[in-house]
Amino acid sequence: MSAQGELPTSSLRDQLDVRPGEAAHLVLRRATVLDPVAGIDSVHDVVVREGRIAALASPGEADTEGAEVVEAEGLHAFPAFFDPHVHLRTPGHEHKEDVGTGTRAAAAGGYCGILAMANTEPPVSTAADISALREQARAGASVPVGFLATVTKDMAGEELTEMVELREAGAIGFSDDGLPLTDAGVMRRALQYQHLCGGNIALHEEDPRLSMAGAMHEGPVSAVLGIGGIPSVSETTMVARDCALAAHERARIHVQHLSAAESVEIVRAAKAAGVQVSAEASPHHLCLTDEEVRTLDPHRFKMNPPIREERDRQALIEGLRDGSVECIATDHAPHQPEEKDVPFEQAAFGVTGLETGFAALHTELVLPGVIDLGLLVERMAGGAEPFDLPRPTLAPGAEANVALCDLGAEWTVGEDGYESRSANSWCAGRTLTGRVLMTVAAGQVAYRLRTFSLGVAA
Amino acid sequence: MKHLLSIDQLSREEIESILDRAESFAEVGRRDIKKVPTLRGRTVVSLFYESSTRTSSSFDLAAKRLSADLVSVKAAGSSVEKGESLKDTVATLSAYDPAAIVIRHPYAGAAQMVAGWTAASVVNAGDGKHEHPSQALLDVYTLRRRLGSLEGTRIWIVGDVLHSRVARSNLIAFAKMGAEVTVCGPPTLIPRGIEELGCDVSYSLDGIGEAEVVYALRMQKERMSESFVPSLREYAACFQVDSRRLHPRQLLMHPGPVNRGVELSGEAIDSPQSLIAEQVAAGLVVRMAILYELLAGGDAAPSAEGEGSRPTPIGTPA
Repeated sequence: MSAQGELPTSSLRDQLDVRPGEAAHLVLRRATVLDPVAGIDSVHDVVVREGRIAALASPGEADTEGAEVVEAEGLHAFPAFFDPHVHLRTPGHEHKEDVGTGTRAAAAGGYCGILAMANTEPPVSTAADISALREQARAGASVPVGFLATVTKDMAGEELTEMVELREAGAIGFSDDGLPLTDAGVMRRALQYQHLCGGNIALHEEDPRLSMAGAMHEGPVSAVLGIGGIPSVSETTMVARDCALAAHERARIHVQHLSAAESVEIVRAAKAAGVQVSAEASPHHLCLTDEEVRTLDPHRFKMNPPIREERDRQALIEGLRDGSVECIATDHAPHQPEEKDVPFEQAAFGVTGLETGFAALHTELVLPGVIDLGLLVERMAGGAEPFDLPRPTLAPGAEANVALCDLGAEWTVGEDGYESRSANSWCAGRTLTGRVLMTVAAGQVAYRLRTFSLGVAA
Repeated sequence: MKHLLSIDQLSREEIESILDRAESFAEVGRRDIKKVPTLRGRTVVSLFYESSTRTSSSFDLAAKRLSADLVSVKAAGSSVEKGESLKDTVATLSAYDPAAIVIRHPYAGAAQMVAGWTAASVVNAGDGKHEHPSQALLDVYTLRRRLGSLEGTRIWIVGDVLHSRVARSNLIAFAKMGAEVTVCGPPTLIPRGIEELGCDVSYSLDGIGEAEVVYALRMQKERMSESFVPSLREYAACFQVDSRRLHPRQLLMHPGPVNRGVELSGEAIDSPQSLIAEQVAAGLVVRMAILYELLAGGDAAPSAEGEGSRPTPIGTPA
């Protein structure tokens, strides 16, 4: 499972499921290669052969025989991204997304792997559910997908699922995401049982008694709008509880979509105390505040946890910098228009994010100089390790997982539609700078921007 | 002005101009024939997703007094009960090419969304706990008639501010007109951060003596079961505005309907300092002025300046 020495040998293909295709044989000529974890930051010909990074050759000097040559001068090659938090809506809500459309959206966003949440209809709670989904992924996933199973049967929060059998069937981990595990006793049993079944437990942290019927962050903006608020403590108290339980049981947790400054502080303190906790932040929480909700636009600005205040956003950015938050996860949550074309309080929670994650953060955080490009690239691929999956890398010998980006390209989100089946992107209508032109995932070409493959871009 | 979606969108001057117009309609209301031909041949749809007596009846009557054709749709007994979405209902009603849609809806932002789906002018007659701009206008109108101006007037809004769209719109409107507003109620019913709107907050009635106007809000019985307050008895003991707490020079207002003996005592309601009946009367003329402003006011310049200040089109009976 783990990487041996310097040469990464394990691959996403071994552990996740993807539609088999032709192994890529490419030369990305004169690409600016940036892989901060592997210590690479220079111009190379990236040689991909038989689905692996065969070499990082001197610019213009790679042997191109038999390979497709991509002129990548001025373009950036990054380790492709990994998103540990995606809703593929399958089974049950295929009108919003399915394995095919969701993984195409991921590929378009530069991702080489994603983890799908289990809050489907019915929830993914049995080995048969996992097997069926894995089969669908092998038939139609553009990028490797791993499936989480629910922690509790039918996500009712009461009885544990058969976690050993689920792991044997291939569940990557467990999550009741969409709902919190409100019963501390159940949470504790799940953590104890983890010593038997393995697999990280990803947590949606929220105390429903504090959230009540809230639809946005509780603060001055909700007071003015007269919309019920979800206070920060609704998240923070649960993060604190679960860090304490994980410490007590010497178990491992992954805290999803952090949104409040106080929650970041608790994760930081828990890590310092040696608790096995990892955490993610979403692009929308890193870019937006509750001021946006003044528009009362549920398409772009209604999600749970809600976008909060500037101090919360700054705390999340600080968490990215110091590693308290090791990864960026989109919480890609597709919905159809009829669930969003209603007044704010009635609308469904959630926004899509796979196709815009990198571009949005590049535009909002890197270009203004808030964080540097290397940090963004590192965090965009940080979601694999918390689930014992190999971090995508451009080190020679590794499975080829490459996102080729034009950092100067401007594009307006939604103008050419979406790969996702749903259009509730929080970036809809925004002009972003930086675009994924091509994605190689698990050694296969998973995506090419149409204009790029026609040779129009760059 | 195309729509009236929030009080926030109006400047002090725009508020004054609507209220001046309402004054002239009040004069029409004192005639034997109270109808004017301004909106003859035009259609007003009133679409109410929540029960309402005052607001719906006064908007309906306002449209009729202006000679508009009126279609009143209540959620109960309409296709809304059959599960039709707001968007589809609006599309259906828009097919009649109405000049205005007056909408009351239980959720914030509904009127704004409707404005995006129809060519008609949209009037927000209350959206969730968000805004109730016509109520704020009629309350400012009522106070202006009594006091001349709200500049420097101290107004206390007392009660369940958390769940009240009236509190939000009035707070904004009163502040725009130069009043100094304090909101008062139990801490569980005062939204965190309401100070942003430029008001003071008090958790007790102790300082109410400073107020020139006391505006009491309706206390809804269902708040007890959600344990916002322990009992109506305790609420009334702490926050009921009664003749003991109200001194004779203070004016008393309430948006209605009143829970007698809860937020207001019976004698306070019936006292001469109570403006509650005047508020209802103001509702009609202010709503006429709103419809006029949106549907006929655009090109017809306000005739407030100079002599008599009477808008031209409303002189002749229909």
